Amino acid sequence: MIAATHAPLNTDNKPVLSLQNISKSFPGVKALQNVSFSINTGEVHALLGENGAGKSTLIKIISGVYQPDSNPDNSLSKHKRTADDTSKIQLDGITVNLDSPRTAQKHGIATIYQELLLYPELSVAENIFMGHAPRTRFGTLDWTKTRQLAREQLASLDIHDLHVDQQVGSLSVGNRQRVEIAKALSQNARILIMDEPTAALTGTDVERLFRIVDLLRQRDVGVIYISHRLEEIFTLADRVTVLRDGATVGTRDVSDTTEDLLINMMVGRTISELYPKQPSVIGAPVLELENVTRAPLTKSISLCLRRGEILGLAGLVGSGRSELAQTIFGITPAQSGKIIHKDRPVSIKSPAKAVELGIAYVPEDRSTQGLIREMRISENTSMAVLKELSNATLIDTKAEQLLADQSIKKFAIRASSSEQLVEKLSGGNQQKVVLGKWMASRPEVLIMDEPTRGIDVGAKAEIHRLMSELACQGMAVLMISSELPEIMGMSDTIAVMREGELVATFDAADATQEQIASAMMGSGTTTRTAAAGDEAVTAIHGTASSQPGIDP
Amino acid sequence: MRRVLRLLASQEAVLLLTLITLFVVVGSINPRYIAERNLYSIFLGNAYIAVAAIGMTMVIISGNIDISVGSLIGVLATISGTMAVSGVPIILCWLAPVVFGVLISSITGFLVAYLRIPSIVVTLGMLSILKGGLIAVTGGAWINDLPDGYALAQLKPFGVPMPIYFMVVLTIVAALWMRHTATGRSIYAVGGNAEAARLSGISKRRTIMTVFAVHGAFVGIAAVLFATQLSVIQSTVPPNLELTIITASVVGGVSILGGTGTVIGSTLAAVLLAAIGSSLIFINVSPYWLRAVQGMMILLTVLADLYRRRRQGLVK
Repeated sequence: MIAATHAPLNTDNKPVLSLQNISKSFPGVKALQNVSFSINTGEVHALLGENGAGKSTLIKIISGVYQPDSNPDNSLSKHKRTADDTSKIQLDGITVNLDSPRTAQKHGIATIYQELLLYPELSVAENIFMGHAPRTRFGTLDWTKTRQLAREQLASLDIHDLHVDQQVGSLSVGNRQRVEIAKALSQNARILIMDEPTAALTGTDVERLFRIVDLLRQRDVGVIYISHRLEEIFTLADRVTVLRDGATVGTRDVSDTTEDLLINMMVGRTISELYPKQPSVIGAPVLELENVTRAPLTKSISLCLRRGEILGLAGLVGSGRSELAQTIFGITPAQSGKIIHKDRPVSIKSPAKAVELGIAYVPEDRSTQGLIREMRISENTSMAVLKELSNATLIDTKAEQLLADQSIKKFAIRASSSEQLVEKLSGGNQQKVVLGKWMASRPEVLIMDEPTRGIDVGAKAEIHRLMSELACQGMAVLMISSELPEIMGMSDTIAVMREGELVATFDAADATQEQIASAMMGSGTTTRTAAAGDEAVTAIHGTASSQPGIDP
Repeated sequence: MRRVLRLLASQEAVLLLTLITLFVVVGSINPRYIAERNLYSIFLGNAYIAVAAIGMTMVIISGNIDISVGSLIGVLATISGTMAVSGVPIILCWLAPVVFGVLISSITGFLVAYLRIPSIVVTLGMLSILKGGLIAVTGGAWINDLPDGYALAQLKPFGVPMPIYFMVVLTIVAALWMRHTATGRSIYAVGGNAEAARLSGISKRRTIMTVFAVHGAFVGIAAVLFATQLSVIQSTVPPNLELTIITASVVGGVSILGGTGTVIGSTLAAVLLAAIGSSLIFINVSPYWLRAVQGMMILLTVLADLYRRRRQGLVK
């Protein structure tokens, strides 16, 4: 990746925006705790952290979507309280209340989200001036002036290949992003938040984006830049703030830090006692993948699922882990490559076929993919085995009842009876119903996508205990998780995906969080040349080899 | 005790209680309303609506709809009548609408399941094709001179009109099928959450194909009852017949979003709607109010459903 030329730093400037001791709680979760953050004019300030570290919550507070908790007292009990401990947001040294996105916009704060919020049917000029187009004397919209101002706005960003009358829907992602930036600046944005702006861009578009960010810096706009790509931070940013578990770990000048240091700051979590993984006997392969490919996010994946083994699949959001799971389960069948089920090549063209082969899939999103909310527990647990439960034509209601009662008992589902509708259960109990449904089909391979997302700590530990038990009983488990401690704590083998490829595998016993995190983000832990490409990390295709762990 | 309460709160119980109340109240105002003759005439003229509503209920539970059902009944009745007039054995005349009903409805099912065209669009097209085709072919003429022995709906085994047997037996069979077979369960599953059903190994396409084919059979039976209830067959079916049938399903408690509802509810609702229509005459209210009453019942049912869901925290 080509570095844009650095403009002179403006770090002497006073902060244009500063947040102090910001906390934000959601029911059951503390998303942010006493986070402080500031940005100067003409500064590019990178925000770094794992999934769930609190980045999104923080930018939503800055852009007025969320309001911070008004009463910070409770969270401060451990600290000695001083006058500075009060929570506040200041713009140019004046305390403000960003109570809605509109207020934030009026204060010159603009956000460019990953999903661009443009009107595809309208023209570039119309999009840039949506809601604040210039008017004529008669109060009607002044199109001539709108187009002219739009042209000027684009020219000021050094964008000359975009026509203001083009329909936005016909533009490339990179061009649409430029329109978004022009739109933000047309509203006199002084602070621009960019949420993973390069995630959907390709090479030349990334370079152009970097040049535009540099231009913004020269125009004294403060840019809050969120990215998982460390090399971008070193190319673009002046300062970097690292968040972890909703708290600020620290803010550093980019010139004073290294990738190693940043990764350490991000992952320095301890693995708690919550994961009672029992050692299990790892047996013969049940399912082997050889160069399995499905465009766009499953690229020549080879891996092996063995009896009794929990294979943890790590990677950033969008790295292709769920897509791989869906390919194995036949939702999006493989386009090429081989899948071998107990020494026999198979083709898995539909979920029904996968179920037949003894594969179970606990999807990421329980409510849309895992359960039928308006059905009873018993009806949900029998869903995958309806045929087996039917003698001749009718469903054996007694057997169905028994199945439901067994899974309520086995998984300790808290419900009044098996007749209860699943929509009335808590998240953790719903997840257990999904598990119960799949256990009923007595699978040999269990795929779990983010099995503990959004469920409380107690239920989480129970799910982990169950996973461990299932592995001990000889099930092959593929666990996708975005939580490194969960990956570290539960897996026997850890595989890492990035941009649709399997980039590394580790034996869980001797992997470190840092190694996994750097494989996830595509940077070497020992060199700064990571940006050169995937080779920085040991690329392994085929964990089916007899040595499961290879150190990068 | 709680079980009893929950049972009483069900849509079926509410409909049944309303029906009984209606008979008691209107019957006390005008005893002729609950005379055997009137009760039979209520069923005789409306049982075919209840039968078609069974199929419709299944279709709606699966997350689809069929607005071509009225025209389909017209076409199937005309096929049956034309065959009867031209001397085809009567048993074949009774079976033909069922066979053609399954065939035509399967075409709809195929377009919905395999080509993924929304059912409202497919059946809107079907509606025009069937209605237009019917009028073009028959020229709007009625079929007279039906042979003796053709009038199935006018038979009265043990003194009870034939349509009542059909309505009751088909409702029970359909209710058992929906509740106690894997296919019936799949219909609820696909309508409740198609994605989750598919991920559980249930084939959405096959389920939707099946539901439309079965629906076609019920429509075929409904068409026979319609064709044989009078001594002529009108090629113009009652206007808005499809809306009356859909109304029966919705008032019967089926969620228009799919996933919940019962065929017992839809049959009770069809009977209730017919009974209300008849009662208007006996209490000297213009029958034109019937449509307004039906409309009010739809809104009341949907509001009650919304209230229930809100209490369960399903919607905001």
